[in-house]
Parts: sequence; C-alpha cells; structure tokens
Amino acid sequence: MKPHVHFREIEGRSPGYWALFGLFGILVLAGLAAAHYMETEGHWVTGMSNQIVWGTPHVFAVFLIVAASGALNVASIASVFGKARYKPLARLSAVLAVALLAGGLAVLVLDLGRPDRLIVAMTYYNFKSIFAWNIFLYTGFMAIVAIYLWTMMDRMGRPYGKAAGLAAFIWRLILTTGTGSIFGWLVARQAYDAAIMAPMFIVFSFAYGLAVFLLVLLPAYGWTGRPLGAELLRRLKNLLGVFVAASLYFVAVYHLTNLYAAEHGSVERFILLEGGVYTRVFWIVQILLGGIAPLVIVFHPKLGTRRAWIATAAALVVIGGLGQMYVTIIGGQAYPLVLFPGKEVSSTFFDGVVAEYAPSLPEIALGVGGIAIALLAVLLAIRVLPLLPERLDDPLVEAQAAAAGEGSGGRTEAAAGSGEAAPASGTAG
Amino acid sequence: MRGLIGHLGQALAALTLLAAAGGAQAEVPLPKIPKAKGEKCVEPTDVMRRNHMKFLLHQRDDTLRRGIRTKKHSLKECLGCHVTAEPGKPLPTADSPDHFCSACHRYAAVKIDCFGCHNDRPEQSGQPLAQNPRTLPDAAVGRRVTVETLKVLATGEEAR
Amino acid sequence: MSGTDTSRRRFLAGGAAAAAGLLVAPGVMLLPVARARAPEEPASEAQRWGLLIDTTRCADGCDACVRACKTENGWEGHGRPATDPQWIRKVKVRDPRTGHTQSLPLMCQHCRKPPCVDVCPTGASMRRADGIVLVDKHICIGCRYCMMACPYKARSFVHEDVHDPKPHAPRGKGTVESCTLCVHRVDAGRVPACVEACAAEGNGAIVFGDLKDPRSEISQRLARYGGEEIRADLGLDTGVRYLGLS
Repeated sequence: MKPHVHFREIEGRSPGYWALFGLFGILVLAGLAAAHYMETEGHWVTGMSNQIVWGTPHVFAVFLIVAASGALNVASIASVFGKARYKPLARLSAVLAVALLAGGLAVLVLDLGRPDRLIVAMTYYNFKSIFAWNIFLYTGFMAIVAIYLWTMMDRMGRPYGKAAGLAAFIWRLILTTGTGSIFGWLVARQAYDAAIMAPMFIVFSFAYGLAVFLLVLLPAYGWTGRPLGAELLRRLKNLLGVFVAASLYFVAVYHLTNLYAAEHGSVERFILLEGGVYTRVFWIVQILLGGIAPLVIVFHPKLGTRRAWIATAAALVVIGGLGQMYVTIIGGQAYPLVLFPGKEVSSTFFDGVVAEYAPSLPEIALGVGGIAIALLAVLLAIRVLPLLPERLDDPLVEAQAAAAGEGSGGRTEAAAGSGEAAPASGTAG
Repeated sequence: MRGLIGHLGQALAALTLLAAAGGAQAEVPLPKIPKAKGEKCVEPTDVMRRNHMKFLLHQRDDTLRRGIRTKKHSLKECLGCHVTAEPGKPLPTADSPDHFCSACHRYAAVKIDCFGCHNDRPEQSGQPLAQNPRTLPDAAVGRRVTVETLKVLATGEEAR
Repeated sequence: MSGTDTSRRRFLAGGAAAAAGLLVAPGVMLLPVARARAPEEPASEAQRWGLLIDTTRCADGCDACVRACKTENGWEGHGRPATDPQWIRKVKVRDPRTGHTQSLPLMCQHCRKPPCVDVCPTGASMRRADGIVLVDKHICIGCRYCMMACPYKARSFVHEDVHDPKPHAPRGKGTVESCTLCVHRVDAGRVPACVEACAAEGNGAIVFGDLKDPRSEISQRLARYGGEEIRADLGLDTGVRYLGLS
C-alpha cells in the first residue's frame, strides 16, 4: 500500500525562526535603503561607471534569476520525468523558484537609473529587445509556476499537474536561454558574443538552483526536527555533482573555442592569466571553490554522506556561481572594447585600458537584500502554506517511488544509512 | 448599476467638498497662479487645464521621434510665456511655488517629470551673453571668426 | 498652413543657408550643407545625415570639437572622469608594428543597424527617419543595456543631478545620453557644433551632410576619396565615416 505523504506548515514559533526572520528583514531594509541612496544621489556613489555599466547588483540579480529557474528542477524531475520520489519536494521547489526570481527582479529594478518608471517598462515595448522578452518570460514564469503550485496543492488542480509541470519546464528553459542571450547576443564585447552562453547558463542554472534548494531543504528539516532520508539526499547530492561537472564542461568548451580563434586570444589571456582580480576570481572562486571542491566533496565516499559536508558543497556552488557572474559580467566589461583591431588606442575616456571597478557598500547591500527577499519569502511561505512533507524518511520516499513503479535503484545500504534520518540536533521548529 | 455609480459619485463629490471645506479650515490656500506674458494662451484656459498634459505628451513624441518642431504646444514656448520673474527677482525654479507649473502641481499633489531633464526656465535672451558663460554660443569660443560669430555679434543672440 | 506658404518658407531658409555659404571665414568654406525643414515637416527617409572625418586633417592635441560639443549641449562634468559623460572624445590610435599614429574624434556613429536600438526594452533608444540615433529620455528607464551593446562606447549614463540643462538638449540623472548629431541644429538647417568648431579651428576635418544626396559635399568626397567605418566588420553601416584610417 502506498503510504500517504502529509504536508504541513512549520510552526515557526521558535526563537531561531524569529531570529532568521529578523535577520532577513534587516537585510531587506538595508537593501531598500541602499537603493534609495543610489537613486537620490545618483549612481556616481556606486562602483559603476561609464565603462562598467552593470555592477555588483547585476551579479546578484542575474545569479538569483538563473538560480530561480534551476530551483524548479526538482519539481520538473518529478512531474516531467516521472520520478515519483522527488514529488514530495516539488512544492518547495516551485515556491523557491518564484521567491528567487522575485528577489533577483527586485535588485534589477531597484538598480535602474529610473526605477520610478517601472510602469514605462510595462507599457512601452521594443520586441526586438531580449530585455523586453524577459519582462514577459519573468512574469509568465511566475504565473505558470503559481498555476503549477495550485495543481499540486488543490484537489481540483490535480488533473492539470502534468501539463502545468511540462509548461513550467519548457518555460524555464526559454527563460534561461533569454538570460544567457542577454550576454551571448552582444556583438560589441569580446567576452560575450557567443551562442554557447545560452545553453551554458541553462547548465549553470541546474547547478545553482539545486545548490540553493539543498541549502533551504537541509535546515528546513534539520532545524525543525523533521526526518529527511539519507537515500534522498544521496540522490540529490549526486545530481548536484553531475550539474557542477556539466558546468565545468561548458566553461571549458567556451574558453577553448575562444582560445582557438586568434581574434579572441587577448580577452582569454585577460580572463585566464593577466586579469588580476578577474583571473583570481575565475580560477580560485569559480573553478576551484565553485567547481572542483564541491565535486570532490559530493563524490567523496565519506564526506559525501555527511549532511554538513553536502551543505558545504552546496554553499561552495553558490559562492562559485556568484564568482562566475562577477567574472562574466564585470570582467567582461572591464576588458576594453576593441575599436581598432591590432592597434593601440588611448583617450581621456579609458579607451584601451582595463576599466577599474570596486564594489561599493550600497551595491553589495542591494544585492544581498535581493537574496534576503527570496529567503524571507520562503521563510514566510513554509510557515503559512503546507509546502513541506512532515516526513521525508527513506522508507516513505521509496514507497512512493515503488508505488509509481520505479525500482529503488539505490544502494541497499541506503536503508541502513537511514539512521541519519533521525532529526539533527538543533533548535526545534 | 449606473444609478449606483451615480450615487457613489455624488457621495464622493460631497466628501471632496467636505474635505475641501476642512482643507480651507486648515488654511491650505488655493494656488496663486503667476501672471503670464502675452495676450492669450494657445488654447482656452479650461482646455489647457484639462488637457495640457496630453498636448505636451503628443508634442514630445512628435518632436523627439519625428523631428516636428512646431511651437504651438512646445514646452519651451509654455515656459517662455508662463515662467516670469517678479520685478527685481530671478526667474523661479520648479521647486518654488512661484513657478507656474509648480503652483498648481503642488496644490494638486501631482509630480511633474518634465524638469528631471528639461530646464524649468526659459532662456533669458535679453541678458547679455557675456554675463552667463554657460550660454555662450560655441561659435564665440572659437579663435577664428565664423558665420556664427558674425551673427552673434550682429544680433547679440545665438540663432535658433 | 498652406502649401505655398511652406514652400516660401523653405525657399527663404534655403536662401539664408546659401547666403551663409558665401560668408566665409579666412581659409574656411562653409557650404550650405543642411536645409531647414518647415517646423511641421517630419524628418524624412529621403535624407540620411552623416559625418566624414578626415583623420589626416585632425590635429593631435586639438580638442575643439569636444569643447564645442560640451558647450553646445551642456554636458560639463564634475571632475570625475569615470562617471562624467562623454558625448565625443579624441582617440589616439597607434600601430604597434610601425609606430604610425593617428588622432580622431569618436562619437555616436549613427548606425543604420544600431545595436543600442535593438536591445532597448522600451524603444527609448531610437533611430530617426533621417538616420540620427537618439535616446528618448521620456521613456528611458536607465537599464544601460544600450551601453553594453554599443561597440563604440558612445553612450554615457547620467550619474548625477544635472543643473540648468540647455533648453535644446535636455538631460537628466538616471537616463542614458549620447551625441545627437546636434539634432536641434540640423532641424534648423545648421551644422553640428563639432563641425563648426573644427572649421573655425582651421582644420576643417569634419564634413557634415546628407549621405543620400549625391550632390552633397559629403557624398562627393566619399565618392572621390572613399571612407571607412570603424569596426566595419560588424556590418552596422555607420553614418560617421573616416578618411585615412589604417
């Protein structure tokens, strides 16, 4: 017989809950204050300039938007690819996706030169612009995922679940294509102008989204004392490993392609060898911390089974993702435009020199504020909506899979490892 | 339905009157509208009060996007007549209640977006150019005599 | 406005421009390159305004065009080079293999296929019928995507409050701006400020005119001497052409 998965709100009365609530609230307020400061003073108080026109807020915003589409993957695996054991996680996956997107969009909008003209962006469209498409892709994503969530949470919606899941999955692929193409379709800059950027961003999104999902799932179960099966975690962390490896593959192909073309030799030398902070962030943060280290952790026979280490690997993927965005967005602009190929140029307007950029406090506060908006929304959502199953121990999850006709496929010792499913120590919900 | 809306409308009007009366008690004065130059406006006053924003919106798109530079509804022309200085005083800026636009917009609590980019005052053509280096025409800056310089010297004003 | 009145006005404007062409400064021949349209007449596709810049006549160290543009359009900075606007700049180009150097002014190239117009989400970045690329600041939200897309770094973001902008060149904090080809002058039948200043300086390195009119000075010079685009490989068909590049 198929055991019933019971969803229930978390209690959210512990001091720990309110401490998190207060922390995220303060960070959101700090972000808003920073945005207000930048708008009233003008952007000259930030690190941005006429050479680096998209700064730290865009690093956070694009990361959040890319992670948002990736966070929906767990739900997609369940409903599009029919893996029933992920079904109990689908609600959190959908809510997290919407929350991350909202956080990213808030940062993007608040960093505009004229955020008061948001209504203009909603009423005047140039349909040749990827940004204009994105306005529809983002709002459409929220609407479709909201419907998808309804099919999961309301008996009336259940028959449409499969269709809504498929629609959401296709939509998110298009959405991330749009995000990657913001850069990929720019012919002006040497670091962009590459068709691979759209699929590369999709693969990044798989990794970043799943990493954020794990970073929400682990404390949500650990700190509330709800059981979370080791086998389920094993599958999730292996998936994270595959996504991280695929991301590294795409990064390698992107750079190798550029290296082969003499035209792109100097921008590659800049990013990979001589770019100072960008070279360091690329190798140390994006590749080492965000790629190789998490791979070693999740596939390590011992470390890969420990929750703290899985969480560490996920956190490293997030840090690596922010590093990747820094290199892509800011490094890509810091490298000077090639006005006269093969010639040296100089002017009073920084032609031919690497543009300087240092993140300013308001920009960082706004970016972190966007993350806080997303986390605050999730924190509230899991308290007021039945999003999290009361139990996610392995026997229950495997029974779900078995009922759906799937083999366990897992290692038999998984059940033995389910001793770890016991509530982690820590504050109760 | 229409009857209901009518009643609601009446109720709203009554409330507005009450609020206005209350406002009068709280001594919020009606805006003092600065006097304009010229005999009459390009449109009747009530048409202007109701529709000036539409005229300006239409004109701004026509001028910027299509290059049509008729003067009738141009913001420059509005400011030219309506933004005037009291004797012995400089021209009021948009953040002053003595500015024609601000006088009403402050009262109605409607934000004006124009002066974020546009100058809020007309060019003072009567003023000798030398006193205001910021409006010195570029031709006068050059080292050699040009047509522009000649025009400036002849008329004391940059050609429009 | 009757048709005859319009044509009379055009005739008068043309006459004035022709007269201007006769009044020459020493060594400078100012040709009647632009004819004022009637105010109610929209910019037309029959014209395409452009510049031809002769780099061999552009003097190294001379920035008369930059100063003239600054004065004309009022984009004086705040002494902060990284965030101050720069509608036009002088660029020095050096071939490292031969040591050959050139100096040239660089501004919005007024492309026929402008990347900044393609990427703008609201349509604020636009190309007028006569080829002048402008920012409609009324609907610019300050997203700066156009600045990411421009291969010439021709656009600036207004980082700080603007005080007392020129009535003919409104500019405001939080929006993007660039060379307008002195559209207010062109519409009045005059040449851009940089062109005038370069002529006044005695260099006469910049010619303004209608690329679609085969009789115009710019077209005749292009036909006789040729003219190149910066980053011609991008295929943007720029309205600003250079002589003596490479």
